[in-house]
Order: sequence, then C-alpha cells, then structure tokens
Amino acid sequence: MSEWLENHLPKVVLAPSFIAVLIFVYGFIGWTAWVSLTRSKLLPKYEIKGFIQYERLFDSPRWDTAINNLYIFGALFIVIAMVLGLLLAILLDQKIRVEGAIRTIYLYPMALSMIVTGTAWKWILNPGLGIESMVQGWGFTNFEFDWLVNPDYAIYTIVMAAIWQSSGFVMALFLAGLRSVDGEIIKAAQVDGIPTWRIYTAIIIPSMAPIFLSAFIVLAHLAIKSFDLVIALTGGGPGYATDLPATYMYAMAFSRGDIGQAASSAMIMMLVVFAIVVPYLYSELRAKND
Amino acid sequence: MKRFAFATVSTMAVVAGSSVLAGPEAEVLHWWTSGGEAKSVAVLQEEFASNGGTWTDMPVAGGGGDAAMTALRARVLAGNAPTAVQLKGPAIQEWYEEGVLADISSVAEAEGWADVLPASIAGHMMCEGTWCAAPVNVHRVDWIWANADVLAANGIEMPTTWDEFNAAAVKLMDAGVIPLAHGGQSWQDATVFEAVLLGIGGPEFYQKALVDLDPEALTSDTMVQVFDQMRTLRGYVDENFSGRDWNLATAMVMNGEAAFQIMGDWAKGEFLAAGKKPGEDFLCASTPGDGYLYNVDSFAMFDVDGDDKKAGQDLLAKLIVAPNFQKVFNLNKGSIPARTDVALDDFDICANLSAEDMGSTSASGSLLPSYAHGMALRGSQSGAITDVVTAHFNSEMSSADAVQQLADAVANSY
Repeated sequence: MSEWLENHLPKVVLAPSFIAVLIFVYGFIGWTAWVSLTRSKLLPKYEIKGFIQYERLFDSPRWDTAINNLYIFGALFIVIAMVLGLLLAILLDQKIRVEGAIRTIYLYPMALSMIVTGTAWKWILNPGLGIESMVQGWGFTNFEFDWLVNPDYAIYTIVMAAIWQSSGFVMALFLAGLRSVDGEIIKAAQVDGIPTWRIYTAIIIPSMAPIFLSAFIVLAHLAIKSFDLVIALTGGGPGYATDLPATYMYAMAFSRGDIGQAASSAMIMMLVVFAIVVPYLYSELRAKND
Repeated sequence: MKRFAFATVSTMAVVAGSSVLAGPEAEVLHWWTSGGEAKSVAVLQEEFASNGGTWTDMPVAGGGGDAAMTALRARVLAGNAPTAVQLKGPAIQEWYEEGVLADISSVAEAEGWADVLPASIAGHMMCEGTWCAAPVNVHRVDWIWANADVLAANGIEMPTTWDEFNAAAVKLMDAGVIPLAHGGQSWQDATVFEAVLLGIGGPEFYQKALVDLDPEALTSDTMVQVFDQMRTLRGYVDENFSGRDWNLATAMVMNGEAAFQIMGDWAKGEFLAAGKKPGEDFLCASTPGDGYLYNVDSFAMFDVDGDDKKAGQDLLAKLIVAPNFQKVFNLNKGSIPARTDVALDDFDICANLSAEDMGSTSASGSLLPSYAHGMALRGSQSGAITDVVTAHFNSEMSSADAVQQLADAVANSY
C-alpha cells in the first residue's frame, strides 16, 4: 500500500489541479471558440453559423483601433520598459551605497494595482489639474500638455503609466541576472584591461539571454491583457481612441449583449498570445531535448 | 447527535412554517443604490411589506447596470431567475425572446394600465401583445439646463433653435464663459447627439433614423447637418471635458463656470440637492426643436415557480403602477410618473413642463424613445451608433465620413 502510495502520490496530488485546468482553461477556450461561431446575443446559443462574427469583427473600425493600439502600446511598452529596466539595473549594479533602499523605491510601483496607477496618472496628466495647469501656473502660459484628452496621443499616456508601473520589476529581474554572471569571467576581463561598457555589451548582456526572454514574456502578456489601466486612466476615450482588445471584448460581452462578437474578439486575442508563447515554449522544449 | 436532531427538527419547523404562513414573495434585482435612488426604491419596499409581502432585495451596483445584467444572465442560465428585474426598452423584448418573461396581463387589465399610460410607453411594456413589464417613471432626456444669472448677465434668452443656441454660445465665449458644460463620455456624447438630431431633423426624421434605422435617413443630408452641428458644439466645450462625469458638468453650470448643459432630468436632482431653485437659479427647457425623448425605467417580470412568488409578482406590478407609488417615487427621483392621471401639484415647474409636453407630444405622435439611453434600439445597434458619434465628436472626422461610417456600423451590427 505504502509503496503504491509512494509511486502514485505525485499523480494523485496533481490530479485535481490538472482536471481543474483541463476544464476551466482548455474546456472554456473550446466553449468560447464554439460560441464565436454562433450568432449569440444576450445569452449563448449553440447553433453554428460560420465565421460571421469574425467578418463583423474585421469590418469594425473600433476593432481596428483596438488592434492598432495593442501594437503601439505593446511595442513601446515592452521595448521601453526593458531598456529602462536594464539601464536601471546596470546603474544599480555599480556597487553604490544604499542600493537596497533605491531598489525598493524603484520596485514599489509594482505593488500598486493598475487601478491606482491609472487614477493617479489621470490626475497628473489632466490638463486642468495636473502638469499642464501647474506649469502654466508658473507663468509659462503657452505650455501645452494635453495628451490625455487628445485622441491622437492618448494611447501614449497609457504607455507612460504602464512603463512607470513595470520598469522597476524589469529592473529587479535584470539585476538578478547581472548578479548571476560568473564573477571570475568579469575579473579576467578587467585584468585584460577591457573597458566596462565592453564587458557589459560583449560578456554580461549576451549571457543574460534567458532573462530577456522571461522579461519579454511577462511584459507581453501584461500588454495583451491590459484592461484595468485603460479603464482607470482614460475609460477607453476620448471617443474610443484608447480601446484595447480586452476593453472591446468587455464592452461587447457586458454592455452590448453581443456575446458572439465578444467571443470572436477573445479568440483573436488568444491567437496573438499564442503567436508569442508558442515559439517560446518550442525553444524551451527543444533546449531540453538537446 | 442530539444537537443534529434538534437542528433538523427546527429547520423542518421553519420550512413547514414558511409554507403555511407565506404570503406574496418577490426577489427584486435592481441597480438603484445611490442616495436618492436607494431612497426611492425603499418606498416600494415599504409599500410591498405593508401589503403583506416579503421583499428580498438584490441590489447589484456598478457599470450603469452592466454588473446587474451579468448577475441576471447567470441567474437565468442557472434556471433561477429573480421575480422582477429593473430592465428597460428593447432589452425587455430581447429577454422575452429568450423565453424567460412572465405574463402579467391579468394585473394590467384589472388595473386598466392601457388607459393611463401613454401609448408609446405602454408599447415598451408589452411582449407580443401581452404585458410583461411595469413602468416606474419617465425621464425626459432632451433637456437643456442653464444658469439663470449667467444668461441674464449676457442678455441671453433660452434658445429655441440651434442657430439661436450657436449665436448665444459665441456671445458667451466672448464673455469668457464656457457655453456648454459637457462630459466626454460616450453616453453623454450620444445624449447630445440625439437632442441635436431631434432638433434639426424633427420627430419624423428621428423616428426613421434612430428607431427604424432607415439607411436612406442615416445617409441623408439632414444627417450631415446633424454632424456639422455636433462639430460646432465641440467648439463650445472646454478643452478639459474628456472623461468628465455628468454631475461635474452640472456643477459647472451651477457655479456659473458654464452656461448650458444638455442632459436628462436627473441633472435637476443635482441642482435641487445643492439648494438651487428651478426658474430662479437655474432654468430648464426642452432642447431646441419639437418632440420629446423619454427614458422609462421599468421592472420586467420573469417566469418564476410557486404560487407565493407569482402572487408577489402580481402585487409588485400592481403597486408599481398605482398612483401613490408613482408619485412618491418620482418626487424622490426627479422624474415624472408614467401614468398621466397623477396630480402634479407637489412637483416643481420643470416636472410640470415635462408632463405637459409628454401629453401634447403623445397626442401628436412625437413622443419618442431615447436611443442614447437604450430605449430605441438593442444594445448592439445603439452601441454601433454611439461608437461613430463619439469617434466623430472626439476627432477631426468630417461629417460626410461620419455619415458613411454610421451607415456601415449599423449594417455591421446585426
């Protein structure tokens, strides 16, 4: 009995969560895929009607805006947060004083929820309350900073707030990576008289490739599922200028009673995630097999 | 073991007792949770209890009813619908088509609803010829509110045409007053849009464009003019309007920062709460043009099992439409009774004006459902229109492009 238990315990313990994941993740992905092929409105219906919801989706100018915003937001957010995080990590890595305190300060925004971040930035960027009115109050009456209420620039305010929130976390990731590089190699390089910037670009950063990948995956999925920040900061506005796929899906499912449309947009979002995650998983698995 | 036995016996006693003693029961799903609204719904609750009923309150706040609708969907899918649900407009028919609404015709006929409700409002309460919902109130949407002092100081009368409004707005801008207090949220953009459309196109055009969704009307020159006027109005709001809540816009009119606001009569509640007097401190008038846009709150009755619940449903329906509740509730909420035979002596002049106009427009056929507040169209159609309206108002889009997008969006929304 005890021998059987010993052999099977891991499986027994894992089984409930395995079943739960099977049903609540993959089961419901399948359900959503099914519903996205129907004409469900208020309540889900199960009669398949082909790809009509996807046709409607791609005809919708609001969805175009949402997808374009995802590209703009995703690209800028991921690249800038990584560059900034790496820079901060390298600067912190110079054996400075009170490193612990500074590290905590930069990491702290991560402890806030996106709703808090969004609300705070909404006030900071509001032309009548925040930076614009403050600088104008100093006497620079021509100063203008109305990105939040300008439909062409509002999406960049979301990028700003998201970077503020996440770059400290990326910094922590990179700092751990920098510290894990073998000190002997660095010392050897220093003995050879190689300048510090060359040590970083030629030795340390290349050896941190896995960290870059992890940071990228974390940031990419944050970008795609971004919802609360948009709701708190701009509410999708002005107009629907800062809509993202997640807010589009929410509007369709919960405000408009158009479940089929919401399901099709959810499927597209999932495909975008797959496009990023599958190559990652593939490279991971291949590395293990080698 | 002994304790278990005791618990079982007492539970059985309670169960047995309730089935003997039970009277009418109602579980009511609504999202009237803020100050004045909660007070209003408490009136109904008391009346229900004093008639021997047991009220189970199910308030679900958030998202202007979105959260409540999500809760409703879950309950209906689980086969356990609440007795009555705060629903309005075509959403009632939409739920009826899912086959989950009850028939309360017996109450409606006994109480003679058809004689006391305006015909177009009664139409919303009927599902294929049977009564399935009870109206609570009538909010007028096409109001324009003004600060009396600001208008007097600038020698401006309440505008009766959009040209007069534009002239007044230019005058106000020169005087350094914001002509139009507005909040840049899509539903507020839509509220202004429908008022402009009714004013410029007239009731018949409104019916064709926003109720029947006639493609010819949607792409007509009149529609281009409507978008032109929206572009003009965009110039009359302050630069800081994006995302502002409607009550903050009302406050701007109150303190004289802005002159006008176009908003439904819930704005009146804000003025009154601040101790302002209608006709003295602030003025109310219908937006330029003819017609009347209504937003009627109502309770839809869902199919429930059990005689207690059915009795509760009938009692609730009867009380909601009865004159006493209609009066007390609407005094609290700032709207007017849906019944036309309630004495309005206790109501203020704005409410009296609203009731008068409701009577006359009902007779002339220009009593129309508000599209912006989900009375005229189903969610996906009205949402598609709102997308275009708000995108146009918040960008440099030309009126011709907006009209084209409008037609495409409506066609794509089915």
